[in-house]
Order: sequence, then C-alpha cells, then structure tokens
Amino acid sequence: MPSPTTIDDPVTLVVEVHGLVKDFGKFRAVDDVSFDVRRGEILGLLGPNGAGKTTVIHTLLGLTTPTAGAIRIFGLDLAHHREEILERTNFSSTYVSLPYSLTVRECLRVFAGLYHVRRPMARIEELLETFEMPDLCKKQVRHLSTGQMSRLNLAKAFINDPELLLLDEPTASLDPDIADKTRSLLVHVAEQRNVSILYTSHNMLEMEQISDRLVFLHKGKVIAAGKPEDIVSAFEGQDLEDVFLKIAREKRP
Amino acid sequence: MRAHRIYALFLRYLYLYKRSLPRLMEILYWPLLDLLVWGFVSLYLARSQKEIPNVVAFFLGALILWDILFRSQLGISVSFLEDVWARNFLNLFVSPLTVAEYLTTLMLASLVKIFLAAGIMALLAWVLYSFNLFIIGVSLVPFIVNLVALGWAIGIFTTAVILRFGQQAEILAWGIALLFQPVSAVFYPVTVLPPFLQTAAKYVPASHVFEGMRAVINGGAFPASELLWASGLNVLYLAVSVLFFAVLYRGVKKKGLLARVGE
Repeated sequence: MPSPTTIDDPVTLVVEVHGLVKDFGKFRAVDDVSFDVRRGEILGLLGPNGAGKTTVIHTLLGLTTPTAGAIRIFGLDLAHHREEILERTNFSSTYVSLPYSLTVRECLRVFAGLYHVRRPMARIEELLETFEMPDLCKKQVRHLSTGQMSRLNLAKAFINDPELLLLDEPTASLDPDIADKTRSLLVHVAEQRNVSILYTSHNMLEMEQISDRLVFLHKGKVIAAGKPEDIVSAFEGQDLEDVFLKIAREKRP
Repeated sequence: MRAHRIYALFLRYLYLYKRSLPRLMEILYWPLLDLLVWGFVSLYLARSQKEIPNVVAFFLGALILWDILFRSQLGISVSFLEDVWARNFLNLFVSPLTVAEYLTTLMLASLVKIFLAAGIMALLAWVLYSFNLFIIGVSLVPFIVNLVALGWAIGIFTTAVILRFGQQAEILAWGIALLFQPVSAVFYPVTVLPPFLQTAAKYVPASHVFEGMRAVINGGAFPASELLWASGLNVLYLAVSVLFFAVLYRGVKKKGLLARVGE
C-alpha cells in the first residue's frame, strides 16, 4: 500500500493536515488523518459513505472543531487565522442550498460582499458567462433546477477567485455536458491559476481523470494515498472503481 | 374515505408530538399565556373604581410598544430561520463571516422590521383611532431603545437554542417573547400581579418601560429610575445572551452540528 506522499518544499503546501482526529461522542469519525495539498494541485478525497470525507472537509472549513491534530492552510494555523484563511478559500457542495427567495444575481452579490470582492458586478457577469447562466440571472433560486443550482453553487465558489477550493461532489447532479465543462474548468484553474482543489466525488472515472493525487479514506483512516495509477496498481485493481469496490467491501490485499 | 389512511396520518401527528417537547409545550403554552394576560387585564378593569384616564392611549400605546419588543425578537429569530429554511447556513459560515458580524447583521435586519411595523401601526392608530403615539414625548426614545434591546436579548437566546437543538425548537421563535408578556405588565400596572409575579416583574426590563409609559401618559414625571433599572437589566441580559450564544456555538461546532442546521 502506498504511504501518504509528502514534499520537501513547505512553500508549495497550501493545506497541511497532521494527525487529524474527530470524535463524535464515542464514535471516531476521523482517525489520525494526515495529508497535504500542494499549490495548483487537485487532490481527490475518496471513500465509501461514512468514510469521513465530509467531516474532513468541514473541519478544514472550521465548521467542526477537531478533537486532535493540526491544520495549517496557506501556512497559517486554522484555529487562530480562520478569517484570513476563509477569505482566500471557497466551498461548494451539491447538498447545500442558497437563499431561495433571492435571484441568481442577488445571491452572487451577497456572497461577493461576504468575500469582499472588488468590482463585484463585473465578477458576477464573468461567472454567469463561465457557468452559462446569463439567462438565469433574474430567476429566483427557488425556481432553479437541481443542475442549475449546482452551477450557481460553483459560481458562488469562484466568486472570490479562491486560492483553495473545497468541493463536495460538485458534479453529482450535473448533466454530462456541464459536468465535463466543470471538470475542464477545475483542471484549467488548477493549472493556469495555481488554484488548489480538494475534491470529493463518487464518480471514480472523474476522480481518475482530474485528480493529481488521491487520498483514500475508509472508516475514518487513510488507507492509501498517491497518484491514481499507483493506487490502482497497489491494490491490483483494473481501475479506480474496482479498487473502490474492493475497499468498500473490505477485500483489501 | 378510508379509515386506515386517516388512522395512519393521525399516527404520524401523534409520533411527532411524542418526541418533541417544544410541540407538546405548544398545546399548553398559548392558552395558558392568553389566560394569564387577559385574566390580569380583567382583574385590573374590575378593580378600577373610577374611569381609567387616557384609556385609548393606555391600551394602544401599550400595544404598539409591545409590538416593538415582539418584532425586535422576531427580527433576529426569523432572519436566522430564513437561512435555516433555505439550507444556506453552511454557506454563510464557510465564508469569513464571524459570529459577531452575523449577530450584528441580525440586529440591523430586526431594526428595519421594527421601523416598518411600528411606523405602520402608529400611522393606523392615528388614522383609525386618533391616537398619536408621540404624545408620550421624548421618553418614547429610551422606551423603544429598551424594548428593542430586550427583544434582541430574547432573539439571540432563541437563535442559540435553535442552533443547538435544530428545527424542533423553531417554535420558540414565535412564542418565547410572549412568555414575558404577563410579567411585563403591558396592559395593566404591576400591582395587579400576585406578589411572586411582582417580584419576577422587577427583573423584566419591559415592566419598567410599561410602568414608565403609563406614568408619562397620566401626566407624571419622566420615569428616570424605571428607565435606569430597565437599561441596567438589558445590558446584563444582552451580555448573557451573547455569551450563551457563544457557548452553544462552540458546542455546536464541537458536535459537528453546524453543517446540519436546516436538515
């Protein structure tokens, strides 16, 4: 089994997680998890339901207090620099909604304010174009389809031009065309603008395609980490989906 | 009409009440409070030997001022609930927004609602009943400030409880301010209350405001001591409610409940 990768140059490390533990009562949801995300890298966080992926992401966002361990983002301790870190970070999840009674443009205007975006209207127009939503800008959020809502969530996630993006199944409810465009956009922003992306998905093909590295969680522990092809070969699988099924069914080598 | 379907749906509502203390409380809460308030009003009217002076100002003024307190609390709790209902709460707290900024925004939103509601009520009272709220004079400003402050303290407390216990506690947002109504002596003097409730009323800032309002309407002096009491209590209650929110917020983050608000 490959061990978690580390790199020597700390400057390029955007996220550093060391010995993260999260207990909910007697249940240990995250157990001694360590990994890092480099500048401009897409790191896929994968694992079966209940593996601890969402808890890790919520802990990185400061929504959940860790029981033990250290989290440094942009070289800053999350516990003491939450505001500075979150100004340069953003998040999107298919399972989180946006204010129903606002229009798409109003919604983005609110978040532009929260992230102190300069020239917010220009930024909003740019994002509406990127996510093919100009015709939806006056539509109330409550009237958006699930796919449109996901696109709006992604537009919100890009509002502050983040250096770090945490994405929880961002393509889960998108049609293949928009999902493909979203993947291309993520690869583009990672490569061209050095945005670091921590990504969860249950679409193994997608994970294999866009992730530079993967961290495989199972029952709260990191059981594998490395490049997708290395993980596939280490687990003697045909592809990532095959490895996932082996791990989920606990037929580990 | 099928009896088994009605029975199944009936069971659904029974199950709901079985596991929810707030919902069970609701059955007793409203009738009890109505009985207390209107019972004390009736007692006051029955005990008044002579005609109550400025009766219109007495009741309408009290109603409008009470509504300011109620809107102030609702302004905080309902603005918070808007984000809970929209399942948007998580998006707010993954932004750089701080708890202090969030509470300040809720207070500002509540001020807008108060100005709109009180403005409309004052205008209608003047048009329909020829009652001018501003006969209360300059005392009106500290009265309103104190009622708004108490509404905020109750609103912040309620919001913290909903944050911790989820939507089953949502019912508090609509009803908790009314818990203070009987001991706030809105429509009757504190002396109407039984002794133990008179003691409780001393610690409710609103009771001092309404006693002061009645004194001013009856041509008395500016009730400085009443307002001082009310202001002191409000500073204390606001500080306690913010502290309470901070403690529960920390607990919610520890339990990982922040991400589940609205579920």
